[in-house]
Amino acid sequence: MANKTIIPFGPQHPVLPEPIHLDLVVEDEKVVEAIPSIGLIHRGLEKLVEIKDYQEMTFVAERICGICSFIHGMTYCHAIETVMNVTVPPRAQYLRIIWSELSRIHSHLLWLGLMADSLGFESLFMYSWKIRERILDIIEETTGGRVIFGSAKIGGVKHDITNSKLQEIGKRLDDIEKELKPIARVFIDDHSVKHRLVGVGVMPKEDAYAYGAVGPMLRASGIVQDMRKLGYSAYNELNFEPIVETAGDCYARSVVRIRELTSSFDLIRQASVKIPEGAIDVKVTGNPNGEFMARTEQPRGEVVYYVKANGNKFLERLRVRTPTFANIPALVKILQGCDLADVPVIVLTIDPCISCTER
Amino acid sequence: MSSIIKSPWVIHYDGSSCNGCDIEVLAALTPRFDVERFGIINTGNPKHADIFLITGSINEQNISIVKNIYEQMPNPKIVIAVGVCAATGGIFRECYNVQGGVGEVIPVDVYVPGCAVRPEAIIDGVVKGLGILQKKQEEWSKQA
Repeated sequence: MANKTIIPFGPQHPVLPEPIHLDLVVEDEKVVEAIPSIGLIHRGLEKLVEIKDYQEMTFVAERICGICSFIHGMTYCHAIETVMNVTVPPRAQYLRIIWSELSRIHSHLLWLGLMADSLGFESLFMYSWKIRERILDIIEETTGGRVIFGSAKIGGVKHDITNSKLQEIGKRLDDIEKELKPIARVFIDDHSVKHRLVGVGVMPKEDAYAYGAVGPMLRASGIVQDMRKLGYSAYNELNFEPIVETAGDCYARSVVRIRELTSSFDLIRQASVKIPEGAIDVKVTGNPNGEFMARTEQPRGEVVYYVKANGNKFLERLRVRTPTFANIPALVKILQGCDLADVPVIVLTIDPCISCTER
Repeated sequence: MSSIIKSPWVIHYDGSSCNGCDIEVLAALTPRFDVERFGIINTGNPKHADIFLITGSINEQNISIVKNIYEQMPNPKIVIAVGVCAATGGIFRECYNVQGGVGEVIPVDVYVPGCAVRPEAIIDGVVKGLGILQKKQEEWSKQA
């Protein structure tokens, strides 16, 4: 019986851009338990509803997380719009889809890079981020921001994309997709990458369900769940299938994200063809009264926005349940019994976004 | 000893930012902006670092960590506060768990404004910081 040692992982760690702290209880080289402590970047922004009115809160919602910023803003607007019975013009709904899917592509490419970095595959990290810059160029040309778009608005969107611009974007996305193929192949086929991912951090289907995992983490374990299928914005008018893998290991989670990239490119193409003409926003007057729970699919999984309003311009309560928060119990589970050297890889396969988690 | 400004090593820590500035710090290291051409290398070890890039504001939980990283860095060293949250707390200034900018805990040499900061601005801030680093270096060698 070996002695147990506790190794601290984080909050400042080379593999993590954000602080999360894990106490790893190890026996020889095996992790027997992982004790997470979060709260290092807790800001308490839900309480800001008391001093910022419901319109101003859109900007706060966009800044919950810098990676899935637009989807946060959009979900918040979706919740308020439902409470206020605002009908968003169809063109705005399609623009929201285009920006959401661009966010998903940039987030997944960012994740692929960080994943390669955690494997020590530096050139793959650089390649992924090089392609990501081209997505950010499109985002910047259409919204003005690189990571915080600022285009979500209650009642629609703030910027329009002309049809000729949409066609140009379509052509550029085709090029980007072609450029992406060799990189995706390295992740899927390369022996040394597979060696680090296959069979590591296995999450069986029952566990994934019991621990309440969401997003790619859940879909990699064989459970079909994609909030986009709820049909918010105009997703019900587009044709796509949730990406599902069955192995539940780190490799399956990578494959889910790589296949989702293709599906996102396809969704943008469909949306640019189907997008109707018309206004991009409606005027919103009055104050919200009522409550609603909005659920949307972020790159990391399902996000839940609970909004409660009482006819005042300040909301009574805003509650955000972000995907990484739901995935942390599952992470703690799959860390049990893994090798110490695999910890960075496993932590990264849940695609942790700590800013979201702690708000 | 002027080698320090020819190849400064940076360490990055996320105080309580939204992640937007952090991914821009990383973007500055990747091929489009590529700060490595200036000899700037990102390190995970405070003992190897000359420049402390910090994003986000200070809260009760991370005060000790920020101080700890700063104290572990060898002299001469500079601190660059990246983003408005690191400068004043930004949009989250009024949150109950945000105590304000980084300047309240450790001395900051350069403030880089923006929400989110652009990688060009971060590179600009680091280049500006190098002048300060050189001055500190000269003072340091006089004392020694």
